[in-house]
Amino acid sequence: MFENADLSLVDWSRAQFALTAIYHWLFVPLTLGLSFIVAIMESIYVKTGNEEWKRITRFWMTLFGINFAIGVATGIILEFEFGTNWSNYSWFVGDIFGAPLAIEGILAFFLESTFVAVMFFGWNKVSKKFHLLSSWLVAIGANLSALWILVANAWMQNPVGMVFNPDTARNEMISFWDVLFNEVAISKFLHTISSGFLLASMFVLGISAYYLLKKREILLARRSILISGVFGLLSSLLVIYTGDSSAKALAKAQPVKFAAFEALYEGKENAGLVAAGILKESDSKIGNTAVNDFAFRIEIPGFLSIMTSGKRDAFVPGIYDLVNGNQSRGIMPVSEKIDRGTKVRNMLEEYKTARKNNDNDKAGMLAATFRDKKFNEENFRYFGYSFFKSPDEAIPNVKVAFYTFHLMVMLGFLFILEFFLAIYFLFRGTLEKQKWFLWVALFSILLPYVAGELGWVLAEMGRQPWIIQDLMPVSAAVSQISSGSVITTFVLFAVLFTLLLVAEVSIMIRQIKTGPKH
Amino acid sequence: MNRLILPFVRIFRFYYDGFSSMSWWGKRVWIIIIIKLFLIFIVLKIFFFPDFLHRKYKTDKQKSEYVLEQLTKSK
Repeated sequence: MFENADLSLVDWSRAQFALTAIYHWLFVPLTLGLSFIVAIMESIYVKTGNEEWKRITRFWMTLFGINFAIGVATGIILEFEFGTNWSNYSWFVGDIFGAPLAIEGILAFFLESTFVAVMFFGWNKVSKKFHLLSSWLVAIGANLSALWILVANAWMQNPVGMVFNPDTARNEMISFWDVLFNEVAISKFLHTISSGFLLASMFVLGISAYYLLKKREILLARRSILISGVFGLLSSLLVIYTGDSSAKALAKAQPVKFAAFEALYEGKENAGLVAAGILKESDSKIGNTAVNDFAFRIEIPGFLSIMTSGKRDAFVPGIYDLVNGNQSRGIMPVSEKIDRGTKVRNMLEEYKTARKNNDNDKAGMLAATFRDKKFNEENFRYFGYSFFKSPDEAIPNVKVAFYTFHLMVMLGFLFILEFFLAIYFLFRGTLEKQKWFLWVALFSILLPYVAGELGWVLAEMGRQPWIIQDLMPVSAAVSQISSGSVITTFVLFAVLFTLLLVAEVSIMIRQIKTGPKH
Repeated sequence: MNRLILPFVRIFRFYYDGFSSMSWWGKRVWIIIIIKLFLIFIVLKIFFFPDFLHRKYKTDKQKSEYVLEQLTKSK
């Protein structure tokens, strides 16, 4: 694809980024969700004046504090990696990535840091109402921080609101609102935070189940299960709804990813959604890429067409259509995109030469072309394809996309069932007798973490080979550094993050075993 | 003068009391936070994560020329 790129360097740089992001995401979702659960519990305390609710709030606030503190600044390493390992990318994206991250930094620092102190140090020092306000502001601040990170990520999935400046070799933001209200950003933000709410609800449900199994802290456990059950059930439904919106946005912005996670090769009308299936490699190939077939599948007829556009007879393009093109459906083949991208690349080369030769007239004319809206829509948007040697390079790993998507969805439906059962048994008054359910709830604490990580693997591996959809493949984004230094820092991170995780889990387990203060 | 200083004194006391009466877990996580921030911002950032372009080039013009070169390199 990019002859000069060392593939092992690209692979190690990707592995390092994946490792950091996966560990970072072990801390973030609990903060997003538990902050709201704590704020809800404290609201009940302030409303009722019942001291038991204060005790419950303070207990969950302690676990929130441990997770928040251990997770602080783990995301900053991702920004270090941009500058060191992904310098071409960092320069190319210009201020588009910088602006949301700067807003996130300022917001996180001022809103979260200030009010987190009031949350933990302010009991009996500030009024009940001000303390409650602080708790809500921490929850809102944490989730707004996530918004800006996800806006930046969504731009990579669906680059909008910018124009490329050949003089600086950077993209410049021309519409902040287009970047902020990018269709992918909105659905991604809602889907991500609701998955955090779900994870935190399962965390509260699981630990409360542990207390019921141990026959201690019964009132705390029952009340916590009530809150987490209702919040978790609503969050699970929101996750499904926003997942559906995300899929619709993906079908437009990243149709190859969409086709890959359903392993749909032949586009069709009335396309069925595969509820479960097992893939096997077939004998056919697209270029050098093997085609997968189903060894077994359960399909819901017409549902994929409905998911993409609300109509059963809607055509859903498959991987063959998207790679080879489908003239009758107006789908451009990748070979044509390669030609258009190469044209842009040649113009960039011409611009470079003109500037070197002080040919200001030609350089000015070419720079004006890069600002032209029509040129951007018809040509520049395919710039990244110029790095391809063959059209099949546009196909992500179909097996990874398919299995991550389906496992994530299956877990999503399992969570709905668990929250529903928790509420049902609680209202029937039989929860303590359902030992099997309490054990399931306890071990289910880990499952939303698995589902969340699967979601990120799907989002990021499903869009390969792109770091910025259609504009820049990962191989063109990487810095020309030695892969040895990337391997060294990979190992360092693995050790550092594992130690942090062990520290968090051990402090958390000790606090859970100790229980709330009496 | 006192009126100007008083809010700062109160804020200082708020944090001072909070930190001095911190619980077991609070002290533990603060030790972890300090070690972690030292490792991230001092050890990792300085020794392992220099900004690639900033280290190689002084001006933005040089950086843009380098990236342009990278983007137009032959396939």
